[in-house]
Amino acid sequence: MNEMAQTARTNAVQNASREKIAVRGLSFYYGGSRALKDINLSFSENKVTALIGPSGCGKSTFLRVLNRMYDLYPNQRAEGEVLLDGENILDAKLDLNLLRSRVGMVFQKPTPFPMSIYDNIAFGIKLYEKLSKSELDGRVESALRRSALWDEVKDKLAASGLSLSGGQQQRLCIARTIAIKPEVILFDEPCSALDPISTSKIEELIDELTDDYTIVIVTHSMQQAARVSEYTAFMYLGELIEFDDTSKVFTSPREKRTQDYITGRFG
Amino acid sequence: MAKYRARRRVDAAAKILCVAATIFGLGWLTLILAALVWNGFGGLSLAVFTQMTPPPGSNGGLLNAIVGSLIITALGLAIGAPIGILAGTYMAEYGRYSRLTFFVRFINDILLSAPSVVVGLFVYQIMVTRMGHFSAVAGGVALAIIVIPVVVRTTEDMLLLVPGSLREAAAALGMPRAAVIRHVAYRAARAGLLTGILLAIARISGETAPLLFTALNNQFFSANLDAPMSSLPAVIFQFALSPYKDWQHLAWTGALLITFAVLAMSIAARVLAARAVNK
Repeated sequence: MNEMAQTARTNAVQNASREKIAVRGLSFYYGGSRALKDINLSFSENKVTALIGPSGCGKSTFLRVLNRMYDLYPNQRAEGEVLLDGENILDAKLDLNLLRSRVGMVFQKPTPFPMSIYDNIAFGIKLYEKLSKSELDGRVESALRRSALWDEVKDKLAASGLSLSGGQQQRLCIARTIAIKPEVILFDEPCSALDPISTSKIEELIDELTDDYTIVIVTHSMQQAARVSEYTAFMYLGELIEFDDTSKVFTSPREKRTQDYITGRFG
Repeated sequence: MAKYRARRRVDAAAKILCVAATIFGLGWLTLILAALVWNGFGGLSLAVFTQMTPPPGSNGGLLNAIVGSLIITALGLAIGAPIGILAGTYMAEYGRYSRLTFFVRFINDILLSAPSVVVGLFVYQIMVTRMGHFSAVAGGVALAIIVIPVVVRTTEDMLLLVPGSLREAAAALGMPRAAVIRHVAYRAARAGLLTGILLAIARISGETAPLLFTALNNQFFSANLDAPMSSLPAVIFQFALSPYKDWQHLAWTGALLITFAVLAMSIAARVLAARAVNK
């Protein structure tokens, strides 16, 4: 895409709402192979931005840069700048745990910890805050209410998190993430392992969460991107092809490759 | 069609060979267990658990040997298990991609199959000769050296089985590495880690050679770690080789005790491991 046009677009998007994360010239390498190529875009505060594209296009890789998840593995490295409220999170001196407490993540497969439902949520809170038992109870309850799980689990908080259904487990993971009050939540194909009913519950939830959080969601489902997001970024072979209002991307894309993808011609 | 029939014949032959090999292997095990029960069961009495090893020709039990075995085994475990778990944790968590891990794994595999008599001699050389006498501590150290590779191996294997997604999920909450390991990885691998320790106990509770060079034996009851201490394997060794009938009987009984203790632990380890996999 033309650099100038992209910057102009980015600015247009930015004007609508404050930018929470600004990505500047981001490239990413797995060893010697370059998985992201000079990505520039910004994520607006309290909005949902969807990352779409065929498998292997780098959208999950991109997401994992935003909370430095790739740091867990050797030989993975990012170049460029990712500014969270103006601070470059790619800085080697950055406190990763602090970053991850600000940028939460929900994964493709539900990953409850092997502990009780209550502890799954309380555990994360206790890492950052020293609370009394009653305060902690309150926080756990509000996180569970917020993730629309409270009514289903309030009588069995001591049961194992693994005893819940897949959809419930995923909402537990969301509850766990919002319990520590992040500013940004990253969703990595959160519904790909769920049935349609659980999926619609999660989507409703994402919609409600935008009151307080900036959300970035990677999805394989274009319908889902259209349903939940305000902005959509289409990626292909490690490049950002198009980034605009979701309605524009899906109704009148500027790029042929975007058009081909959303009409199902490939991917 | 002829080809098909030939294939059927080969299949049948292979099946017969497999079954025969299984029966052959299990047969010896059954014979050993039967001999143990046959010769050892008659000697089981309260006296075995309440009286000391006797001089030839008089009545007695195995109390000092049983207690000694428990103490030395506990000692070996207390020294070896923490080292094994910490090393295994390093290999699976912190140093998963480092060269050191590769190197340690290689060494550990050698240690895992090192003859225990070599371990006994080694400890004899570095402890017994320096201290000037045999001691329970030296026995414990010898057993610890046998425990370590077993526990390192199972700890590493079990932690590697913990899905990376769980670690990522914990890290995504901003959990420090140590907390991820302690509260998430250990918890997920708990049954497996316990299995490793049980296997290590099973492995050392029958070891004789390393104890003969280190803790030696003791005719009397002793809880002094700085002195020679009796143990079931050492007593069995001594009594079984003796010409005295009553000593030989006690040796059979001791062997029965060890075998069933190990059997019980192996079963417990299996049950725990199965539970770990199902979870």
